[in-house]
Parts: sequence; structure tokens; C-alpha cells
Amino acid sequence: MSVDLNVDPPKFKYSEMIRAFLSAVREYKKPTFIAIIFIVLETLIECTIPFIMSLLIDTMGDYSTGKLGDASIMNIVLIYAAILVALAATSLVCGITAGRFSARASIGFSTNIRRDLFKKTTEFSFNNIDKFSVSSLVTRQTTDVFYIQMSYMMSIRIALRAPLMLIFSIVMAVIQSPEISWVYAITVPLLVIALGIIIYVVMPIFVKVFKKYDALNESIEENVRGIRVVKTYAREDYEKAKFKDRSAEIKVGFTKAERIMALTNPVMMFSMYVSMALLIFIGSYMILDGIGWVANENGELVIGFASLTVGQLSSLITYGAQILSSLMMISMVFVMISMSTASMRRVYEVMIEEPTIKNPENPIYEVGDGSIEFKDVNFKYKANAQKFALSNINLKINSGEMVGIVGGTGSSKSTLVNLVSRFYDTTTGEVILGGKNVKDYDLETLRNNVSMVLQKNVLFSGTIKDNLRWGNKNATDEEMVEACKIAQADPFIQTFPDKYDTYIQQGGSNVSGGQKQRLCIARAILKKPKVLILDDSTSAVDTKTDAFIRKGLRETLPDVTKIIIAQRISSVQDADLILVMDNGTMNGMGTHEELLKSNKIYKEIYNMQNRVGGSDNA
Amino acid sequence: MLKNKKLPPIFRIIFGFISLHKTAFICSLICVLFTAFGNIAAPIVLQNVTNLITDTINHIVINGNNLALKMEFWDEILFNGCLLVGAYVISTVAGLTYSQINAVAGQKYMDDLRRELFNHMQDLPVRYFDQNDKGDIMSIYINDVDTIRQLIINSISEVEFFICTFVSVIVMMIMFSVWLFLITIVAGVAMVLATKHIGGHSSKNFLVQQVNIGKQEGYVEEMMNGLKVIKSFCHEQESIDGYHNITEIFRKTGTKANSYANILMPVLGNIGNLLYVLVAVVGTIFFVNGINNFSGMGGFSPFTVGIIVSFLPIVRQFTNAASQMANQVNTVALAAAGSRRICALFDEEPEADEGYVTLVRGRYDENGNIVECPEKEATLWAWKHPHSADQSVTYTLLQGDIRMFDVDFGYNPNKIVLHNITLYAKPGQKVAFVGATGAGKTTITNLINRFYDIADGKIRYDGININKIRKKDLRRSLGMVLQDTNLFSGTIMDNIRYGKLDATDEECIAAAKLANADSFITRLPQGYNTYLTNDGANLSQGQRQLLSIARAAVANAPVMILDEATSSIDTRTEAIVTRGMDNLMKGRTVFVIAHRLSTIQNSNVIMVLDHGHIIERGSHEDLIKLKGVYYQLYTGAFELE
Repeated sequence: MSVDLNVDPPKFKYSEMIRAFLSAVREYKKPTFIAIIFIVLETLIECTIPFIMSLLIDTMGDYSTGKLGDASIMNIVLIYAAILVALAATSLVCGITAGRFSARASIGFSTNIRRDLFKKTTEFSFNNIDKFSVSSLVTRQTTDVFYIQMSYMMSIRIALRAPLMLIFSIVMAVIQSPEISWVYAITVPLLVIALGIIIYVVMPIFVKVFKKYDALNESIEENVRGIRVVKTYAREDYEKAKFKDRSAEIKVGFTKAERIMALTNPVMMFSMYVSMALLIFIGSYMILDGIGWVANENGELVIGFASLTVGQLSSLITYGAQILSSLMMISMVFVMISMSTASMRRVYEVMIEEPTIKNPENPIYEVGDGSIEFKDVNFKYKANAQKFALSNINLKINSGEMVGIVGGTGSSKSTLVNLVSRFYDTTTGEVILGGKNVKDYDLETLRNNVSMVLQKNVLFSGTIKDNLRWGNKNATDEEMVEACKIAQADPFIQTFPDKYDTYIQQGGSNVSGGQKQRLCIARAILKKPKVLILDDSTSAVDTKTDAFIRKGLRETLPDVTKIIIAQRISSVQDADLILVMDNGTMNGMGTHEELLKSNKIYKEIYNMQNRVGGSDNA
Repeated sequence: MLKNKKLPPIFRIIFGFISLHKTAFICSLICVLFTAFGNIAAPIVLQNVTNLITDTINHIVINGNNLALKMEFWDEILFNGCLLVGAYVISTVAGLTYSQINAVAGQKYMDDLRRELFNHMQDLPVRYFDQNDKGDIMSIYINDVDTIRQLIINSISEVEFFICTFVSVIVMMIMFSVWLFLITIVAGVAMVLATKHIGGHSSKNFLVQQVNIGKQEGYVEEMMNGLKVIKSFCHEQESIDGYHNITEIFRKTGTKANSYANILMPVLGNIGNLLYVLVAVVGTIFFVNGINNFSGMGGFSPFTVGIIVSFLPIVRQFTNAASQMANQVNTVALAAAGSRRICALFDEEPEADEGYVTLVRGRYDENGNIVECPEKEATLWAWKHPHSADQSVTYTLLQGDIRMFDVDFGYNPNKIVLHNITLYAKPGQKVAFVGATGAGKTTITNLINRFYDIADGKIRYDGININKIRKKDLRRSLGMVLQDTNLFSGTIMDNIRYGKLDATDEECIAAAKLANADSFITRLPQGYNTYLTNDGANLSQGQRQLLSIARAAVANAPVMILDEATSSIDTRTEAIVTRGMDNLMKGRTVFVIAHRLSTIQNSNVIMVLDHGHIIERGSHEDLIKLKGVYYQLYTGAFELE
């Protein structure tokens, strides 16, 4: 089965993508809202605090120039202190509240995205799954979501705070002294341009290096997987050399990117220093220039500042630092978001994917019997594919029959049976089950009645019982044993110390291939279906056991239509009807004897497999 | 690198960096010091300027506004200005230098680390790979190395920078006022305690979350791999529920971890604000009550407002630096966990190889003795056996004669899985193993190539104890074709050449022809240059198997091990593959494992294994006559209707 795995290049609008992601906020709207309010409050207070502090310094400065008397200074300091303490306390409360709620909101949000994605994939038809491929679905739900979550978490606080800080600081700087705050009109654009250039240059490099980095990790995986081959050919040194080159390539790329990124700090320092130097020079000029005689509260003439005070100067410097650092943060958020854009796109592609197979409007919930009919069925995996995977299939199977299907790899045997349980829909023609088109059945009803043991069958981590209950949630122990006896699984299960409570590891790695297949058959039998399909499900089972399984199926499930796809003629030769598939068409149909006489392919396979019996085997 | 096992892993990683990049580290440290210079210079100059302004104003008050005074003032300002600009230039240049040095050295170290890890891993025994989950190994490279990247690239230089800032801030504080500095110390202790408490909770939860992410990803992987099965059993809702439960735990710990992390900054920031207020109030009280100041600059002297005014900005610098540093807590905690796993891999014992018998090219000299010779003249392979006793060297012809005597083996010393295995495989013979899964067929081949070492008994290869043969040479003399093909990313030609790195294209093509692979390869659009990715996902299982046979063919080893090489291929393809293998097996000693008896029927010896014992042995005919297990198996396939 060869399916083109390339996903079409995405065409969508950013705004729609953002909206799709935001829809995952759902029950976290309230915490999000609260978090935003408190972040805003906290930021405002945080910006006010240096302002009050500068007032405090100013007052002290006033004192030293004689504007204030000895007695009042203590009072004034205490008043400011009280204000500052109150502000700090409020800011602390706001900060803690914001922190808690934003943690709840952002983690909740990313959890929702994960759940949405997962739910979406379970709605996928086989077509959808093939389109993305399993490994890509895994990456999208793990690595990509993780990247999005990280960038979201890191940026949400900063993304709100930094612009607020920027605006507030600019406003305050201008309020403090419009005459001198123009200094920032030089340094801020300077920084913005420099940061812009850095981001512009570094982003493509990062994207490229990260791709190579992924490739490196893939090659490590390949190495780990093939370690026996590596060791067999004593290729350790070769692998090391190969890895060295690849790793060095990444080092070069990362170094280039990091070196450019490392410029941001000096650039930031430079702008900061230029602003400070300008402020101090121009500021002190203005202070001195503006000194004049001012009347104090007692009507005496004292020296005063007309245009700029020392305190104002120091708070200007503070605000300048805030302006520049909030710009830095904004640029960092920008980098982070743009780095996760690729991940966002990949996740979004899954989010908007439409399942190609859906439940019909007024579904039928009852399957009459296990009779199956294919009427002029043609099928291709992709609408724009040139070649039909199945063409011109006409076939009638009576309820309760045992049908065998043989044919080489790529002859579309699996494709044929996948149409019965609507894993794929026919391109043209109809598949009739129990007298009704399969498209008219409720999907769950259909799939519960057409039980399929897939070629690539999978057991899930859990006990044997847990796995068997997939077939029937409420299966009793007796029913399970019964099914396992039919599938010839009971004997080996009994040899396990924990019997039916034996824990199966992920992917069923602690049972052999043949045991896995037998467990999967038992699981399918437990569904009590009308049609049972075994898609090459006994390939790892020895011939004798294989025969016992078929015998068991025939005797215990006489009313169930049984379709058996197999490589071995011996697995199908006792079937009521045997189909020979070749290259997507039906090459022959009949009983074993008939086909041996009439079908070339069948005869060829049979002879090949039975050469064993002959004495000479060159 | 990373040798000192006594140190905590994170320090091993950091010291590894320092020792490998000493110059870079010292240079960057010096530059960081200079950078901090700028941070100190600014407040000092500001202080000077403030003083200057105040002085000048006082002069004006006393002496009236005169030009000379103003000129003098400007000279002073200019002097301070130059000081400032000078400090800034040095600081900026130093900042530029250390960030560049760190970027280069950091990436170099990441490269070192990756390579050391990978190289070390290559030398680990197969046992390590059998015992550790592939996903866990991969996560070391993907996640753990990344935590170190964060640590080395960001945290180290930040921490360096903040330490310098701290030192400079503390020096300045002491210069201005020791009393106020002591107040700052109290606040500093409060900050450390807060960081320890909140940051500790946060890191603890982050580590838990890291584990939860792993679990959640494992679930996704399992479910996605079984997605078609889920669909066929209508198990969608159950799997969604299962995922819901897992993500719920993830959500809870994640929220906790991030709450703590988010709280840390406001708490520290506001401790800083309180400190500011405290310094202002206490300073004023001291001043109003006329208490003497004690400072680094002036010793004991009356408290002035100027001192307070200068001290307050330094307080802010102090708290800013403290909160920034606390921000690194989580990075460090994650890196600590990451380095633990990385060091665990480093501490795995590499495959020991005490072998000294090597495989060399040779030819017969005129006396019929084997002598070593260059590749071009070589007619044979020989084992070169140096004898330490008399410094002599003997050569033994490589023939492929393998004998096992009373071999016992267990993957776990307490559980023996092979008992008393004795077998002879003479050059050119085909030896087959038959038996149920777990009977020990593959285990025997794992002993021949020394993926595992025997517990008891002996194995002789051309009469030599295989423990004396260098592992690499031993394995080079054994060709293997396994059920799992394992191709590598690269062209088809590259993959065939894997068997013999210096093989010419012609040799590779000849091998492909021998393996019956040439016809399908040449039918591919790019032929031998077809690029394979993802274990040759674009080829069929049969084609992959043919390639792995071609790979073994080009290696041209005298002994072949074929482990279930054809079991996942359909009959018609198998016929082609079998023909390829038959070509390969000619004239070689071959060990075959297969569950299709047709593949092994023509073997010289068939061993029937059961629970680690050889229960029957002999040729096909012998075993049929014996009417034992083999007979049952054999006839079992045919007595069934």
C-alpha cells in the first residue's frame, strides 16, 4: 500500500490560525481575564514606584539646597515611605494573584490544545491518518505542542508587561522633562533598528539549524535502532566520524546564530550608555543653566531649579533603562513567537483537518446479517491519484462463509477489506453489508459488527484482560477465556505466571509476534461481530496453530462471515471461496481445487510453497 | 572530560566546560569584570555630577553667578564625562567580547558534549541497548542536552555577570555606608530564603512536570501508533478519556510549577522595594539624629543626605540583579536533572575488549606459510596471533570453523537461558536453528559475535578462543542479515557500501546482483542514487531485506548469520530473496534461524532448540527418521487439510 504522505502546503490566514488557538481558552477565560487585569495593575504600580522614589530623592535634594527645614524632612520621608510600602504591598498582591492565575490560564490553555488535538485525531479516518502519517501526528502532538506551550508561557507575561512598561516609561520620561527626553528619540529607534536587523538576519539561520538539529536527532535514533548492524560491521568509528561531521555542521550553524544573537546585549548596553551619557551632559548643562533664585515657603529667596532637577535626571535614567529593556523583551517575545510559528502551523493543520468519513444523517443501528457484496467498486487513495488501488471489484459473500484472499504485497488485499468497515470509502461503486450500503450504517454499529484484525496490529500497555476488554468492555472472565481458546491464545497465557493479568508493555514488546497476533484475534472475537476479518493476522503463528485457529473459528462462529487474508495457501485452502488479488484487480475466484486448475498466480504460489515437500531443493 | 564521578552531575558538566575551554572561560570572566565596570562607573559619575552641581550652586549662592566658576564646573563635568565615556567604551567592548566568546565556546562545548556522548554510546555493549528503552536514550540527546545548552549558553554568562554586579554593588555600598549595607544584607538573606523556598517548590514541580510530559508523550505515541486499531474497535472515547486523565495530572503539576515560578519575581522585586524604603527611612533617621556614618570612603563622618541619595540607586541595582539571578533557578534545576541522565550514560561501562588476535590480509609464501601482505597481493584472510611469551607471531587461516563446547549463558546471571550448548560448524556448512520464540536461537548467535559473553564453556573460531579475538575483527568476519533490516539515511549505494567502506561502485553493484537486488534498484528512478530516509520507508519490506543481503554480500564475510531474514516477506518475494541468499551462502559457514522449515531443509545440521537446550540435531533426513519434534513440526505443516 503506497500512499503519498506529503501534506499539501498550507494555505491559511494568520488571523484564522490565532482564532483557532484562542478558541482553546474556553473555561480559562476567567483566569485569563483576571491574570491580565492584575498583570496590568502590577505593571502600572511597578512603573509608579520609581516615580515616587525619584520624588523622595528630589525632596532630599531640596533639603540639601535649603528648601526644606530639618523638622520636615523626617515627616516627608515617612510619608513617602508609607506610600512606597503601600504600593509595594499592592504590587506584591497583584503579582502573586497574576502569577497564579496566569499559570492556571496558560497551562489550562495548553492542556486544552493537547486534548483538542488528540480528540481531533481520533475522529480522523484512515485517509486522514495516512495523509499525516503516524509519526508526524506524534511529533505534532508532542514536540510541536511543547514548543508552542513554552513560547506561550514565556511570552504571555512579557508580552503584556513589556509594551505597557514601554508606553508608561515613555509617558513618564516625557512628563519628567519634555526638554530632555528627546534623547530617547535617538537611542530608541537606534535600538529598534538594530534589534530588527538582528532578528531579520538570525531567524532564517535558526530555522535552518533547527532543521539540521532534528535531522541529527533522527540520525541518532537510526543509530540506536540499528546498533546491531553497526556493531556487526564494526562500524563504530565510521559512525563516530559521520556524527562528528554532522555535529560540527550544527555547531557552525548554531555558533553563527548565537553570535548574532549575542549582539543584542552589547547593542542594548550601547544604547543605554549613549542615553545616559547624553542625559548626564545635557542634563547637567540644563540644571546649571536653569539655576535661579526661587522663593521658598517662607518667602526667602533660595537657589532653585527652573528646568530640571537632579532627582528628575536620575528618574529619567531609570525610565530610560525601562524603555530599552522593554524593547529588548518585546524583541525576545518576537523571536520566540516566530520560532514557534512553524510548530503552530503544523498543529493548526491538524486542527483544521476535516475527517473524510463521518456518520450519516439518519444512521441505521442494526446490521441484518454478515453477507457482503461489492458492486462495481473502484477505489483510489487520493482523489488526484492516477492509479486506482482497486478497480472493478464485483463480489458476493454469503453470511457465515469463510473467504480467503491471497495475492502479493501491493495487490490491494487489505484495501479491499478496509472498505467493508468503512476505514476508507469507495471512490465509485457500493459496498453492501447485510443488504444495506455500509455508508448508511452508524459508524460504531458498523465497526462493532465488522471486526477487523489489522495487519499492523497493536496491543496497548495494560494487562491481557485490559487488552481483551477492548473487544467488549463487559466481557466476563469466562468469555475472555473462551475467545482466547478459539484464538489458541489460552495455552500460552496459562504459562505466564500472572496468566490473564500479565502486564503487556507498550507495543506488546514482551510477547512474541505470534502471541501478539493470537491475542489480537481473541480481542476481535470478543466483539461478537457479524463479520470477522483477519488481515494477515497469523503470519507469525505456526501452521499447525494456524489451522487450529481456523478450525475454532469455523466451529464456534458458524454464523459469522470470516474473511482471511494470508500469504500461505495453507491458511486459505479450506475456505468456501478464495479470491486471488493482483495489482488491484480480482485475478481469480473459486475454491482451492478450482483455482489450482484455472489460476496461474494461485498455482505459482502454491507450487512455491509446497516445494518443501519435494526432495530436491536446489 | 566529566571524569570525576564524585561530583554532582551538574558540576561535572560545568567543570567539563571550564576545563575544556579554560582560556575562553577566563577571558570571558575578565571581560565580564570589565563589563561590570560600566555598571559601577555610572552611579559614581552621577554621584560626582550631583555633588558638583550642588557645590556649584552653593558657590553661586555665596559668591554670586560668575563665569569663572561656571568654566571650572564645566571642566569638572568634562573630566567626569570622559571618565564615564571611557568606562562605557571599555564596558561595551568587554560585553561584546565576552558574549561572542561565550557563544563560540558554548557551542563548541555542546558539540564536544554531543560527540562525547555519541562516541561513548557507540562503545557501549549491546546489552545497554537491549536494556534501555530507545525513547529514553533519545530523550538524553533531545531534551537533556538541550537543558545543558540553556545552562551553558545563557545561565553561565548571566550568573557570571550578576556575580560581578553583586561584587561591584557590594563594594560601592561599603564605600558609601557600612550601616546601610548591613540593612541590605538582611534583605539579601530574606531574598535568598524566599528563592530557596519558592524556587525550590518551583523546581521540584518542574521536574515532576518533566516526567509527566514524558508520560503524556508516551501515551500519545502509543495511541497514535494504535490509532487504526482504536478506530476499528470504536475505542475513541475511551482513549480520549485516558488522555484526559493523563493531561489532568500534567495540568495540575504544571499549574503548580508555574505558579511558584511566577510568584518568585514579584516577591523578590517587592522585597527589594521594601529594602529601598527601609534604607531611605533608616538613613534619614541616622541623619536627623546626627549619627556618624562609617564608610569605606570617609571612615567615620557625619551622615549626609548625599549619602542616602547615592545609596538608593545602588539598592535598586542590587535587587534587580538578585531577581534576575533567581530567574535562573529553574534552568539550573532542569539542567541538574538533565546532567544526571547525561552523566549516567557517561558512567555506563563501555564494551570491554581484551582481544589481541587480529584479522589481517595475507597470502601463502613459497613455503606454503601464511604471510601478511598488502591488500593488493592478498589472497586470503588470516588471524594474526601474537604470543607474548616468546614474542612470536603465528597466522591461522580464516576459514569459518566455529565450535561451541558446553556453553551456558544467561542475560541475567541468575537465569540461565542456554544450557550445555555444544555444536560444530565446519567451514562451508549450513547450521540451522529451529524452535519456539524464546527457545534461544538468536541468543546463540549473540554469543558467536560476542554481543554477549558466555557464562561457562568455550567457543572456538578456527581453533582460537573467541575471547582472544579482537571484537571488531571477530565481527568483521561475521556477516549478519536480521529480520529487522535497519537501513541508514543515505543513498542505496551508501547503504550497500556500509558492509565494506572502501568498496568501489562496481563491487557494490556486483553484490547487489548477487543478492538479486540489482533488478529492483535499477528500476527506481534514481537507481543506486535513490536516497533512503526513515529506515528505507519508501521501499517494501522485501526490497529492504534484499538491500541488507547485498550489504552483507559486499562485506564478504566467511561466516553468515541469517536470523529470520525472510519471515516478514510474502511468498513470491521470498522466492527472490531466497535465491539472493542462496548465492550469498555458497562456500560459507552459515547459521540460519527460520520458522519456515522450507528455508532450512537443506542445512547440513539442524538443531532443534527448546528452552535453551538442543533437543534434537542432525540433517533433515536424520531428524525425519528420528520422528521427534522436528518430524512433528515438519509433518504438522502438511497433515493438515
